[in-house]
Amino acid sequence: MNYISDGFVQAIGLILSMDEETWSAVVVTVKLTMLSMSVTLALGLPLGFLLGYLDFPGKPVVRTVVDTLLALPTVVVGLLVYAFISNRGPLGGYGLLFSIRGMAIGQTILALPIVVALTASAIEGLDNRLKTTLATLGANGWRMAASCLMESRFALLVAAMTAYGRIVAEVGVSMMLGGNIKWHTRTITTAITLETGKGDFALGMALGILLLAMSFALNAALSFIRRRADA
Amino acid sequence: MSFKRFIGKHRMAVVAFTLVALFAGAAIAADVAPVLRMATTTSTDNTGLLDYLAPILKADTGIEIQWVSVGTGKALEYGRNGDVDVVLTHDPQQEKAFVDGGFGIDPKQVMFNDFVLLGPASDPAGVKGKPVVEAMKTIAEKKAPLVSRADKSGTHMAELRLLKAAGIADPDKENWYVQTGQGMLDTINIAGERKGYALADRGTFIKYEANHKGNPPLVIVVEGDDSMKNQYSVIPVNPEKHPNVKIGLAKQYAEWLTHPKVQRDIEKFKLEGKQLFFPNAKQ
Repeated sequence: MNYISDGFVQAIGLILSMDEETWSAVVVTVKLTMLSMSVTLALGLPLGFLLGYLDFPGKPVVRTVVDTLLALPTVVVGLLVYAFISNRGPLGGYGLLFSIRGMAIGQTILALPIVVALTASAIEGLDNRLKTTLATLGANGWRMAASCLMESRFALLVAAMTAYGRIVAEVGVSMMLGGNIKWHTRTITTAITLETGKGDFALGMALGILLLAMSFALNAALSFIRRRADA
Repeated sequence: MSFKRFIGKHRMAVVAFTLVALFAGAAIAADVAPVLRMATTTSTDNTGLLDYLAPILKADTGIEIQWVSVGTGKALEYGRNGDVDVVLTHDPQQEKAFVDGGFGIDPKQVMFNDFVLLGPASDPAGVKGKPVVEAMKTIAEKKAPLVSRADKSGTHMAELRLLKAAGIADPDKENWYVQTGQGMLDTINIAGERKGYALADRGTFIKYEANHKGNPPLVIVVEGDDSMKNQYSVIPVNPEKHPNVKIGLAKQYAEWLTHPKVQRDIEKFKLEGKQLFFPNAKQ
């Protein structure tokens, strides 16, 4: 059981010394998360807005489908995307397998339903009078969308942070599509899996603490920005 | 609101967005250099052999190698799909099928180590020192837990062959047969917790022993049997099946790995002062 305390001690050492290998896993994790988050938000916010704002036949069905996709298991996404980007698959020629881009495809599929569902809920929850007022003031489609999204920005921030949590914590997609290749596609979570597999529990714990510390720093920064914005 | 005022009011958001865009761009631009891709087994990676060889390869040939370490079955599947250029695996039967099916060309033996049967020091089934097939038979008769990786890895296939030789053709449903579906070290750990037996490669066992600082819950109960040899081979993937395979690099790598100088390097690789792999390439 020493590895729990060993883990904490080693985590501090790991963060302070930051050897090349750990640093590489941190850089891959940051790059991958940035890429996945950018694509997820770029696609998810407009789609979520449309789903929340528009009324169309079959809307409840679409909502149910999106809500179901919230429960997508990471290995299923990994397997599915592998079938497409493997050399044998339809997208095999693009060299996406075992690359950060390939991993980002899987993570985007994983996180997109979260952003779409939570954005749609936030837009639906907006006071209807806002939409009426905006329409009265002559806002066109784009202005309307921008204003509605702006009005629900804190709910959208929660959506983004939830998506971030799903992306940064997952290991199935990264392992299957990235292959855990040292210096290239090894993220913090796949490194933890590897170290645990090698029986080095303390190093695994240390990497876990490092990942949490990164997320804490991000949340602290966002909370700071938010307080500035409120003031 | 004017554009300028918008920017002014949302300075932080603009900065954050630019950062995101920059990182995304960097990630897209990344990983384009030509490299040799290999699928290999956990035993070569977990013991540190590949980390030890990679810089030597770089210095000798300039080749940069990237590897994914999975069980032999999955490694060969990556080869079949053309997702890697070369495989380094340890299951002669599956490798033969791979080459016979036209997926790999020109297989070369590289090195061997051996399998060992692990069990609790108290040896509840009483198999210590028996020939391995008899030991397997005894474990089955006494219904002592036999913990298996069950993942089509080289070790799993060797264990199934030994069980078959002991007259147990299909252990799947037996309640003494514990199938973990996990890697070698995880499986040894589970066997330790369950006070069971497990077939393992010696390299991983040495690593396990080292993790437990020389006082592991499981010890070697059977070793040194001829049928417990564990042969590793390197096989370039057939470029006729998959034109994208970097066959030049793959062949060069296979030549390099079996070269007398590199064979000596493999011989020199030690963990806890013990030699892990015994080179046996045909010269």
